[in-house]
Amino acid sequence: MNRRGRLWLLPVSVIVALVLGVLPLPEPVQGLRPYWLALVVAYWVIEEPEHAGLGFAFVAGLLADLVSGALLGEQALRMVVMAFILQRFRAQLRFFPLAQQALAIGGLLLNDRVVAAAIHLVLGLPQRHWTYWLAPLIGMLLWVPLFLLFDAFRQGRRGR
Amino acid sequence: MSSFANTSAPRPGDVVGTLRLLAYLALSVVLIVLDHRGGWLERAREIANVAVQPLWQLAGMPARLGQTMREDAVTRSMLADDNRQLRNDLLVMGARQARLQVEADENARLRGLLDAATRHSLDVQLAPILSVDLDPSRQRLVLDTGSRDGARQGQSVIDSGGLLGQIIAVTPATSTVLLLTDLDHAVPVSISRTGVRLVAYGIGRADRLEVRNIPTSSDVRVGDAVVTSGLGGRFPPGFPVGTIVDLRPDDSHAFLVGDLQPAAQLDRGRDVLLLREDRRTQAGSGEPAGPPSEAVPATPPDATPPDARVPASDAPVAPEPQP
Repeated sequence: MNRRGRLWLLPVSVIVALVLGVLPLPEPVQGLRPYWLALVVAYWVIEEPEHAGLGFAFVAGLLADLVSGALLGEQALRMVVMAFILQRFRAQLRFFPLAQQALAIGGLLLNDRVVAAAIHLVLGLPQRHWTYWLAPLIGMLLWVPLFLLFDAFRQGRRGR
Repeated sequence: MSSFANTSAPRPGDVVGTLRLLAYLALSVVLIVLDHRGGWLERAREIANVAVQPLWQLAGMPARLGQTMREDAVTRSMLADDNRQLRNDLLVMGARQARLQVEADENARLRGLLDAATRHSLDVQLAPILSVDLDPSRQRLVLDTGSRDGARQGQSVIDSGGLLGQIIAVTPATSTVLLLTDLDHAVPVSISRTGVRLVAYGIGRADRLEVRNIPTSSDVRVGDAVVTSGLGGRFPPGFPVGTIVDLRPDDSHAFLVGDLQPAAQLDRGRDVLLLREDRRTQAGSGEPAGPPSEAVPATPPDATPPDARVPASDAPVAPEPQP
């Protein structure tokens, strides 16, 4: 996957997202932790469709399951669902202005929470605290800076 | 891995995409079911855990750094205050310990008279918690102590309050603790006041345990302390599990359900203790296992981590109780 030079950012970003996902947060803001991995996967699926597809989303989700000690396959499923929706609407998403793109990502993250809640409901696992439904909002706000940051990294690399 | 480059391509691409989606979804569902139901993935998980262990270490770094900085930044007067406080605590504990030791000796003698099974001292090991936030819907904890330091699967984990849980997975440098409060966890307990034996289940919330199927005729009251009963042999007897804070009839109205407030501080604290109890001494108690050095003096001279040896609440039986 890493044959071309400028793709070094892909694994690095996934690892950073995984670490950020388990970084300890104070108890009251636990629920507000943005779903970093989803943002990263969304970026790559939109920007590098030849390298980041459903398989990439699946593997990333599986890794996240391992790192967070969650049910194996839960996040993998959520990531695959998200990547699939992104692929379907990629043509439109790419040409949205950034703000609108952020809105769409917010919707996707919300959908992701619904999927997670559905999985928990089916398996009879405890539902999360209601504050976890605020996380998509934070993720939406983070999309623009994250997108610009990634683009800057890749542009700089390409310029050489 | 290279998925379709041209999503704008008409139907055939879409069909392939949908098929791929279905394949991946099926794969995830199979994984979820395997992991949720059978626990058939234990082995694969174990191997994979070793791989993700560096990530945990990395994620735990900021907290560790912050702590180091805080410790470096404390002033002399704060240290002096701390010292005074700790010395006072030690004095009180020492006095209490001395009294307990008398009782323990007496207990040992009585046990000897009754020819009852001897209980051996419990050996503990200090283990720091690695500060990472795992999936909040599961009650787990990662310790910065692995098989290299002697942690084993199945070990009981306690803190100053009481029983915390048990180790379910070990990698060379970390170990995962299943907390009492996890949905999958149950521990045999008894009411310390009356000896009524029950089972405490986790319900997936950090501040609650549940005791089910209490016969309405049994003597259980709100405020009763609940300790491990030692049945089943997984947990040693006599460790506090919690306090009953609520009793209500269950759906059938034939039994009561009790809510327990866990005794251990499940969401705080930086260090926990691993019980290094010799299983064999419990199973075959006739054999006088454990070297004489296991008999613990009244005040452990070197109560230092990571090898602190403290006498547990139930008496260490010295070969010669009265010096």
